[in-house]
Amino acid sequence: MTDQLSKVFSALADPTRRDMVARLAVGDATVGELAAPYNVSLQAVSKHLKVLEQAGLVTRGREAQRRPVHLEAEVFDLMTKWIERYRRQAEERYQRLDAVLAAMNQSDTTTENPRSTAQEETAS
Amino acid sequence: MTTITEAAIEADPIVPIIRITRDFAATPEQVFRAHTDPALFTQWVGPNGMVTTIDHWDARSGGSWRYTAQHGDGSDGMQFAFRGCFHEVRTDRIVQTFTWEGQPDRVALETLSLEDLGDGRTRLHVQSLCDSFEDRDAWLRSGMEVGVNDGYAKLDELLARGRI
Repeated sequence: MTDQLSKVFSALADPTRRDMVARLAVGDATVGELAAPYNVSLQAVSKHLKVLEQAGLVTRGREAQRRPVHLEAEVFDLMTKWIERYRRQAEERYQRLDAVLAAMNQSDTTTENPRSTAQEETAS
Repeated sequence: MTTITEAAIEADPIVPIIRITRDFAATPEQVFRAHTDPALFTQWVGPNGMVTTIDHWDARSGGSWRYTAQHGDGSDGMQFAFRGCFHEVRTDRIVQTFTWEGQPDRVALETLSLEDLGDGRTRLHVQSLCDSFEDRDAWLRSGMEVGVNDGYAKLDELLARGRI
């Protein structure tokens, strides 16, 4: 599982592959359709597809000629979960910081208080 | 302005960056102090269930730091040391390097900015630039591992109490 996620991240480290994935999020496409927007050979696109396929991000259809490329959305969901856990860990940390800041607020007020109390006493 | 009460995260698709944004009910000066005063910092830095001990701390531009996080009294051998340099320490901005000594070649550059929202509120922006996507990947994964462990610990607790 961890290996797969590492592969997903390195597969997505390339801007062309990220672009292809974005394109596939809209719908399945053939290699030719995927190559169209780029100034690269079909071979280069096939190479990129192989990396995405090995990462489990895309699969190829069975139709002999077209073999449309399909995006595997569940793999993305895994990545989202991953990031969400990291976020939750940061949130836990910041909730502890909230408590520290609240205590600072209080001690900042108490250090100011004796002075104001003294002033009030002098005034009365 | 909307309040970001829960930490918001963004993993940049183009560069190996993690960005976290969070609002606090405190002045920028207080949030700054909670990041630079070691006695305050160790109270919240975590991770959950870990005790942080400062080995070295010089929160000035050009200074450096090192701390160790361990589980309880450290008898289980779970101990992690982190270190880095304070590149710049300013009341509205802290730039520092960050590395886990277990992976010393993976050095991240962290930039913290404190945005004054007025009325004693502060928005903290944390940007961590990792040295590769693989490195960022490893950090995010470490978050998952800890998160999963915490999650299981809580589940165990609920099971033990007969709540489930």
